[in-house]
Amino acid sequence: MALMRITSPHAHNKQSTSDVMRLVLLATLPGVLALTLAFGWGTIINILLASLFGLGLEALALAARKRPIAFYLNDYSVLVTAVLLAIALPPYSPWWILLTGMFFSIIVAKQLYGGLGYNPFNPAMVGYVVLLISFPMQMTTWVAPIELLPASVSIPSLWDSLLIALGLLQLPAVDGFTMATPLDLVRQNNALMIDDLQQQYTQFGRWGGTGWEWASIAFLIGGLFLMYRKIFTWHAPISMLIALAFLSAVFYDGGSSASIGTPAFQLLTGAAIFGAFFIVTDPVSSAVSNKGRIIYGAGIGILIFTIRKWGNYPDSVAFAVLLMNFAAPLIDHYTQPATYGHSKKSK
Amino acid sequence: MANYSEITLNGLWKNNPALVQLLGLCPLLGVTNSVVNSIGLGLATIFVLVASNTCVSLIKTVTPDAIRLPTFVMIIAAAVTCTELLMQAYTYELYEILGIFLPLITTNCVILGRADGFACKNSVAASAYDGLMMGLGFAVVLYLLGGARELIGTGSLFANMDLLFGSVAADWEMTVFNNYPQFLLAILPPGAFILTGLIIAAKNYIDGGIKRAQAAKLEQQEKVSKRVRVTGTIS
Repeated sequence: MALMRITSPHAHNKQSTSDVMRLVLLATLPGVLALTLAFGWGTIINILLASLFGLGLEALALAARKRPIAFYLNDYSVLVTAVLLAIALPPYSPWWILLTGMFFSIIVAKQLYGGLGYNPFNPAMVGYVVLLISFPMQMTTWVAPIELLPASVSIPSLWDSLLIALGLLQLPAVDGFTMATPLDLVRQNNALMIDDLQQQYTQFGRWGGTGWEWASIAFLIGGLFLMYRKIFTWHAPISMLIALAFLSAVFYDGGSSASIGTPAFQLLTGAAIFGAFFIVTDPVSSAVSNKGRIIYGAGIGILIFTIRKWGNYPDSVAFAVLLMNFAAPLIDHYTQPATYGHSKKSK
Repeated sequence: MANYSEITLNGLWKNNPALVQLLGLCPLLGVTNSVVNSIGLGLATIFVLVASNTCVSLIKTVTPDAIRLPTFVMIIAAAVTCTELLMQAYTYELYEILGIFLPLITTNCVILGRADGFACKNSVAASAYDGLMMGLGFAVVLYLLGGARELIGTGSLFANMDLLFGSVAADWEMTVFNNYPQFLLAILPPGAFILTGLIIAAKNYIDGGIKRAQAAKLEQQEKVSKRVRVTGTIS
């Protein structure tokens, strides 16, 4: 099944769903590596458990729907959903968070709507939002980047991380093992100039948040690789990033205390880059035409900034994506390209 | 003559106000976040339905057709006010918790629907019975949702039942799962939408099973009759 082709006939070499999905998985590697280097083994354990739960739940749902199990499990789409959700979740998330998230991703958002290709919403983001509104405490506790940890704290090993996720071991209950994220800090700040804030807290790195900025750059590399391999077109991700950068430039406000940071900070902190190249580009739940994708992406960018600045949540990629998923059919309706050989006006 | 078994079947299953007609969704989704809330609202709705259906049926011969709807709404509003005053007198805390959803029973489409669709065409006894059955059908779904949402959301059941049943019920709360992290989604409105959808799906699944069983039975009967006709010449 060729997912990304919008008009026929193009005699390209055929890309099967599993080829596309494998490439996406490959492209997440640099980002996963950067996250692991920055925050420890938690992300790897998240991915491991989420994949296991995802495959199990998908197999169960397929069996209940009397579909060929091996055929659908081999298309790697479950693994992509699992990896994307696992990256979005805080490292060292307990197993039941991952299970609940994957249940809502795979069973509710995907299989109840008819399986791959029929889901109106991005499954990973549905799972993420369900978790975010259901377990606010667990979902907003981020471990501090390794380089900011006090020397006395030892980073959990891979095996200990697994035990922590399974609830058999406690997270080190040391002060400073978890920290407010940079986006939290700028949102709650209402007294300091941005420059002062960045000097006061070590969570701010060179451009974005410490640890976050390199992860974002790594995800950017992976995303550009996918774009180069023509897995998706530039329209949606680039228009999303431009909209976000433009709005944060407009509302930068000279770095006043009401500002939420420079455009570079907004792009390189939180899930903006990751979302732009791995979530917004989901071919199933996004708009279809190139023009539609520009509108779709820009809408997500605008919503991300709006919620980050005026909303209740520090980061908002998931909400923005889901809201624009709602709008995608409408965008498609109004941006239908003219058929080849017809002028735009003729009906 | 009204067919009472059919009224029962209609209200509880075939034409269930919450699952088939999809009426009264606002209270259904709004207050069913615990068992005690849904029992309170369920009882109030049953009471209003029976009272309004009875009154509407009583005056059906003297109600001019042109102003029947305002008349029905007046009757329903009166019944709702009675319920409200009663709850204020006897279950004040629950009255406070249900809040705006009690007066909103007036606008519950099930009630006006039954008044206009059934009570003004049928006898008093049948109308009262229909009100009871429709109300029960609605209430059962309320209880189901309330129970499921309380269980999934907080991990316990029957909390605060003393609001409705007095101090006897103070220790009815059951903790089903220990150390349960609150699953807020189930208590928030989206959880009500998702669970209602799942309950409707379950009902349709059961209906599908019944239909298939009946079709299979019919087919079997047809086969028998065909065989009789084909081999009819033998005897």
